[in-house]
Amino acid sequence: MSPLNMSSERLSQLQVAPLAILLTLFTGLPLLMVVVLSFWPFDGLEYAPGFTLTNYAEMFASATTWRTFAVTLRYAAITWAITLLIGFTVSYYLVFHVRRVKVQIALFLLCTIPFWTSGVIRTISWIPFLGREGLFNMALMKLGLTQGPLDMLLFSDFAVVLTYVNLFTLFMIVPVFNAMAKIDRNVIEAAHDAGATQWQILRDIVIPLSSTGIALGSIFVVTLVMGDFLVVRAMSGGQSSSVVSAMKNNIDQLYYPQAAASAVLLIAVVLAMVTAILRIVDVRAELSR
Amino acid sequence: MHKSFSFWLLSAFFALFLLFLYGPMIAIFVLSFQGPTGGMTFPMRGASVHWFGDLVASTRYGDLAGAFGRSLILGLFAMLVTVTVSFFAGLGFRRRFRGAGALFYLAIAALVMPGVLTGLGIATLFQTLGLSTNWLTSGLGAHLTWTLPFGLLIMFAVMNRFDRRWEDAARDGGATPVQVLRLITLPILAPGLIAVALFGLTLSYDELPRSLLTVGTRNTLPIQIANLTANVTTPALYAIGTLTTLLSLGLIVAAFVAILISGRRK
Repeated sequence: MSPLNMSSERLSQLQVAPLAILLTLFTGLPLLMVVVLSFWPFDGLEYAPGFTLTNYAEMFASATTWRTFAVTLRYAAITWAITLLIGFTVSYYLVFHVRRVKVQIALFLLCTIPFWTSGVIRTISWIPFLGREGLFNMALMKLGLTQGPLDMLLFSDFAVVLTYVNLFTLFMIVPVFNAMAKIDRNVIEAAHDAGATQWQILRDIVIPLSSTGIALGSIFVVTLVMGDFLVVRAMSGGQSSSVVSAMKNNIDQLYYPQAAASAVLLIAVVLAMVTAILRIVDVRAELSR
Repeated sequence: MHKSFSFWLLSAFFALFLLFLYGPMIAIFVLSFQGPTGGMTFPMRGASVHWFGDLVASTRYGDLAGAFGRSLILGLFAMLVTVTVSFFAGLGFRRRFRGAGALFYLAIAALVMPGVLTGLGIATLFQTLGLSTNWLTSGLGAHLTWTLPFGLLIMFAVMNRFDRRWEDAARDGGATPVQVLRLITLPILAPGLIAVALFGLTLSYDELPRSLLTVGTRNTLPIQIANLTANVTTPALYAIGTLTTLLSLGLIVAAFVAILISGRRK
């Protein structure tokens, strides 16, 4: 059948077929597999196909589950708040204060370049700053603010959140910048001429019209934090664990069904959060704008 | 516009943000040239390329060259597949078709699903099917769940600005579908496709969580580096960081140059 006498819907379906097949094979089926695996019985040594609710019963009975979820959600909330504040401010500056388009694009690219470099490397890059002999401790002692070096800088919640903000803020900047750049300048001029203050323009025009970008950025940041294990492991010094780092320990010990059960719970929580965000803002409308 | 107080305040904020973003990267770049007796933090004890040499000379760091080679090959495959598949999917998504919504949400699911979980699912799926995991099969598939959604989103953005009348005009002029694709659609979309290629290559090259359970017995570079962070306490770690970051930056520059050139040709 030549493309010419094919119906246009057929042609479209043919064109997206490779994507559909690859995503079904490597996301759809694996997702299903994780759900199935979470019901398989496990006797402490091996697991086999079957059906049991033990994995879930054990998971919900364990205090560790609740603690790791609480820790992870707290990280997500704090990181989200900070990245939103920074991301919004940076985008606002680039869109409304940098007038020359070339400069604007160059500065925007400068914000996004780290995205294409290694997250592992960017995580360990904080060691020279936060370590016992790191730059922050040296500065604090030089200024006479502390007597000895502070251990709390590296290997603490502070270090974890700092690294998250460093790694993930650009995921907030890109969508918020895109949404803001599409705001019609005439609307703002009109509001200005009608006597609106800077603050009123921000509250009644800029924030509502950037909401889809904020929603997209929030989805990125929240899901990235919820899915992280590397930063927590490297920067908390083993003092706290997130859902996925605890799950990773289960996997390392080959406790796959337990890991799968907490994976299902995590997916449910993440999906609930994403759905909630999508309920508030229509993200697809933004993408096709 | 007069430069107001808020302009300078926000400029200072932006400068601080860039310092925060790049400061650590610059620090490890400088520290990777630490002298042979120097440690992982400042001050510098001399300047040398000792730790770069150590990467080659010492066996402490495992099969770094092999891991690098595998990551690069994997990245190139991911790039080729991502560009081709995203391109056609982008064309397909221009029209309404049954299943469009479901496929879009599947792509979003692939994007937001924690990478370790994707890896766990793929590894168990392979195990259940009696297949062994390998960096070029399950590993590549795992990486595609990260690169394809980005490719698709970029294609959406590119297609929004694509004027279909170019294609119609060529068709009316008697061009065959293949000619339209080769002479009109591809050249116009070239800058966007280069961007997709950049995402495909670098995201795969740096991907850790999706790789952990899916690459089989032979590590890729991010896994190797993550393992080393636990044991290596010398600036050699920073030397690896400097090398791999320079490679990424080189790819970004190459991509932007290519975008500029292909954009100018029109």
